[in-house]
Amino acid sequence: MKQHWLVRPGTIRLLWAVYLFTLALTILAGLITDVHAWFRLDGSVAFNAWFGFLACIGMILFTKLLGHLLQRKDTYYDRD
Amino acid sequence: MIGISAVPPGLPLILGALLLPLLGPRARAVLVLGLPLLVLALVWQVPDGTSLRLTFIDYELAPVTGDRLSRLFGTVFAIMAFAGGLFALNRSRVVELVAALTGAGSAIGLTFAGDLFTLIVFWELLALSSTLLVWSAMTDRSYGAGMRYLLIHLLGGVVLMAGVIGHVADTGSVVFTAMLPDSPAHWLILAGFLVNAGAPPVSAWLPDAYPEASPTGMVFLSAFTTKSAIYVLLRGFPGAEILIAIGLYMIFYGIVYALLENDMRRILAYSIVNQVGFMLCGIGIGTEMALNGTAAHAFAHIIYKALLLMSAGSVLYMTGKRKCTDLGGLFRSMPLTTVCGIIGALSISTFPLTSGFISKSMISQAAADQQMAILWFLLTAGTAGVLLHAGIKFPWFVFFQKDSGLRPPDPPLNMRMAMILFAFLCIALGVWPAPLYAILPYPVDYVPYTYAHVVAKLQLLLFSGLAFFIMLPYLKRTLTITLDWDWFYRWLGPRAIGQATRVVSRWHAHRRIDVLRHLGHLFGTLFLYHGPRGILARTWATGSMVLWVVILLGIYLVAYYY
Repeated sequence: MKQHWLVRPGTIRLLWAVYLFTLALTILAGLITDVHAWFRLDGSVAFNAWFGFLACIGMILFTKLLGHLLQRKDTYYDRD
Repeated sequence: MIGISAVPPGLPLILGALLLPLLGPRARAVLVLGLPLLVLALVWQVPDGTSLRLTFIDYELAPVTGDRLSRLFGTVFAIMAFAGGLFALNRSRVVELVAALTGAGSAIGLTFAGDLFTLIVFWELLALSSTLLVWSAMTDRSYGAGMRYLLIHLLGGVVLMAGVIGHVADTGSVVFTAMLPDSPAHWLILAGFLVNAGAPPVSAWLPDAYPEASPTGMVFLSAFTTKSAIYVLLRGFPGAEILIAIGLYMIFYGIVYALLENDMRRILAYSIVNQVGFMLCGIGIGTEMALNGTAAHAFAHIIYKALLLMSAGSVLYMTGKRKCTDLGGLFRSMPLTTVCGIIGALSISTFPLTSGFISKSMISQAAADQQMAILWFLLTAGTAGVLLHAGIKFPWFVFFQKDSGLRPPDPPLNMRMAMILFAFLCIALGVWPAPLYAILPYPVDYVPYTYAHVVAKLQLLLFSGLAFFIMLPYLKRTLTITLDWDWFYRWLGPRAIGQATRVVSRWHAHRRIDVLRHLGHLFGTLFLYHGPRGILARTWATGSMVLWVVILLGIYLVAYYY
């Protein structure tokens, strides 16, 4: 079966390249402007980039941890 | 004189809903689409102040009382009823449409309630019609979930009613106006409101009940109950700081549980709790900017969440599957559903040029203006988390990830049109926010599209997306659910009662004779003193009574002298 153009390895490599390029572009765009900081920390270089990235990693790790405690088979309540 | 402005705007929807079973399909379609438009017109006929007064016992009720806030919510509820009706037109059972329109009418009714009694009537009607909407999926699971939904909401209604009675007893007034959480009555009212908002510890009713409704039913459900709770909190408890803590809990609860979830519509249900959390934070901050932001966010949220659920509902309707583990790769055969789902996902993630960007940002701005640093950082982290669970996870696992081999086409025309309408509104509000800003409760002094804001938002969201794809191995879906507070009443409660019943009946079987003997003694003693010939049942001479009175008076006299 012919692969859809969107899932071909070449396309996916291209998408990653465009994505990484865009990420770099947002950092550059942030550097050339005077970002207004309301607090101290949010005036640091590329604050939103690193803060968003780390917050997400943190939330995913916390989620994994909580999942170990609280996840059950999806038939858990059906057994009654 | 009573004119058109004195018609409660929700009433035509409720009365019209009751006519639906009597009509043929064509007339029913006219009513389902026409009534919300009529109601939208009525909403804008309601002037500021009270235009209808009724007397109930000694209280003066004000069932039609308007201002900017009530017209804003009335508008979005009417738009929602129209699009939801369009989406549901081809397949819904009549009972589902009746329940949906009654729910919409009740929600609109309570946004124009000027007194607490009218509010409660519509509040309860909304709970009943929402239960019926869950049940109208007519499955065993929907029956159980609807029953749990009903119990929680009747409990919430009782708490609210108790608070209202206390408030009326304290103040003598039934007028629904801003309150402070400063007395037991007001705490009860606040708690009753918060039950419908999906606040802890009862948040679980929402992801428990909504996803058991039909593909079209959940679209309606997502809009009315939680957002009418936001409306009453905006009016009743602006600036109540406890709402910030509750809101923050809900933001992160929604993210974490949605990340663990496998059922696509349960992901979106947790996401409702998350979004309502942002709104509670806005109400808790309580400045004009924050309240405007909350109202705008509720407006935008109803539209993009309905769009997301229409897209998920279309997938469920066309494939019969609801778990991420069974889905994937649907973009090949459902391009329109995919694009509309992505537009909804971009909006909820607050991407520039979508409705989320111009609304939710006002809440963060209000936190910054008030120098609430911790809140601001947590709201920013929460925004990143929304992108994770609703912005990427939902479209990625449903429309992309692996190829599930499923090749369903896009859904029927009416469903496609409803999605296109709401996708258009998501973008239109994002590109041209002025009409929404013009109808917010307070004058708007906020410019969303500044260079710094757009760049900051793009950095935040795009780097959060990077984190999602880097951590993708940790986010693989499994056939699991996640335990929540409802474990106490769904698992522990029934088992505790079962165990207690066994213990009591075993004890009863062993000790039955003893118990009966003890009871026999007890009744024998009672009979001795209180029976027909018992000492306390005898007729006494009048003289003895006089003697006792003299003795008592004598004691009193002596006590008085000393």
